[in-house]
Amino acid sequence: MKDIEDIRADFPILNRKVYDKSLVYFDNGATTQKPKAVIDALTDVYTTYNANIHRGVHFLSDVSSEAYEDARERVRLFINAGNREEVIFTSGTTGSINGVAFSFGERYIKKGDEIIISHLEHHANIVPWQMMCERKGAVLKVIPVDDSGDIIFEEYLRMLSSKTKLVSVTQVSNALGTVLPVNEIIAAAHSYNIPVLIDGAQGIQHGVVDVREMDCDFYVFSGHKVYGPTGIGCLYGKEKWLSDLPPFQGGGDMVDQVTFEKTTYNELPYKFEAGTTNYPGAIGLAVALEYVTSTGRIDIETREKELLSYATERLSHIRGLTIYGKSARKIPTISFLLDGIHQYDTGMILDKMGIAVRTGTHCAQPVMDRYGIDGTVRASLCFYNTMQEIDSLAAGIEKVISMFS
Amino acid sequence: MTINEVQDKIIDEFSLFDDWMDKYNLLIDLGKELPVIDPKYKVKDYLIEGCQSKVWLRPDYDGNIITFTADSDAIITRGIVALLIKVLSGRSPEEIISGDLYFIDKIGLRQNLSPTRSNGLLSMVRQIKLYAMAFNAKGKYDSIKK
Repeated sequence: MKDIEDIRADFPILNRKVYDKSLVYFDNGATTQKPKAVIDALTDVYTTYNANIHRGVHFLSDVSSEAYEDARERVRLFINAGNREEVIFTSGTTGSINGVAFSFGERYIKKGDEIIISHLEHHANIVPWQMMCERKGAVLKVIPVDDSGDIIFEEYLRMLSSKTKLVSVTQVSNALGTVLPVNEIIAAAHSYNIPVLIDGAQGIQHGVVDVREMDCDFYVFSGHKVYGPTGIGCLYGKEKWLSDLPPFQGGGDMVDQVTFEKTTYNELPYKFEAGTTNYPGAIGLAVALEYVTSTGRIDIETREKELLSYATERLSHIRGLTIYGKSARKIPTISFLLDGIHQYDTGMILDKMGIAVRTGTHCAQPVMDRYGIDGTVRASLCFYNTMQEIDSLAAGIEKVISMFS
Repeated sequence: MTINEVQDKIIDEFSLFDDWMDKYNLLIDLGKELPVIDPKYKVKDYLIEGCQSKVWLRPDYDGNIITFTADSDAIITRGIVALLIKVLSGRSPEEIISGDLYFIDKIGLRQNLSPTRSNGLLSMVRQIKLYAMAFNAKGKYDSIKK
């Protein structure tokens, strides 16, 4: 494992001060910071070879197109997809899910069909399905969650039926940090020949993701949550689905032939990449994934487990602090509330001490409703965070308690 | 005191403190002086949209001046509402509509509250001004009818 000081030195922003205090960045669930290699890669695109891809006959366009396709190959390797045609670049998780919800809905969904999601989803894996259900007269079913923040698996098994057309669940809960048993969820759905979409927004950056081993039918994630640029993401889909699904957007590059009477579509993956794609983002994303790989995904996972267990231990000892989400399998995300103190007050004071946390519903209102609360304070850590930073958080929380009680 | 005199007094009070913690402590104390809304009005109709925490604000117009009562489930927000009420409550609709709230920038409320929070503050100001406009319009309408 790389030394923590060396890791932190790779991320220039971690060095900065806010309000004259060292930044403690615990909002990685919202977005992660970028290693210098990624920042440099973006600069490099624009300073040395920027040109639109797949368009020009000129030198720069060739270089740019090649870098873009090379990025696709590196994303394929990172998630271990079978072939490059199965890796579609999108704007991010939200864009990917909306795309699948539209195309899948148009192609397969009829009145009375059912889609299953879980109670742990963020809005991006709820609203697109609601929109699709409304359009098609289908029904959205929700897997319930127990008090620790784990899905109730038996309930899920009971929901599966011949009416179920798709299961779409998150790999990891953004609000509570719960890691879902996706392998089991997929296996159960497949026994009814039901395809499964896994929302990897909070999963891709923690541990190893292998879509073939998981055997999911679709896997989606955002670049900015895995140390890459924002505005780029990925939709992985098994070729049999992607070949069969209609495109979700029309425009340049996704077409084969266009006449005003009829348009035929380009082959995979271009069928789903209408218009000028975010090729600098894709190139930056590939560099981010390379950074994660070279740091070591197992090492990252191990380090994050240590951070989680230290943070949980440290915060549990604070009187009046309640942690929401106590699953045995979690990423280093801790959602909590202090007795009688509003999450917003806590967040504001922590901010003034240089500690960045998120407060509110975390784009997952149903999760908050499940616990009968209107929000939490969420400290979401990742491998570049330190034990000392956890100590600062604990001290900050004590300060908050003393100010408000 | 005029709106501006109250604002200047608040600016003076805040200028005594350099440290942000102290300013927040002052806000917390101010929140304790807030004329609290009757619990029966803590309903959706009086809830202000656009704040991270819940804010209820109720105007009471006697034909001359508007008196505001309010509350929030967050203590810092309660302090911020208390400041707005200090400046704007007990005044005529015209005064409220034309009031220029420079104290928000001067005491660093706007810069030091992040955009979403600042939007909450702006929502509160907007709501107070909207009430004033509504009462003003109603007053004019009533006088025409007479």
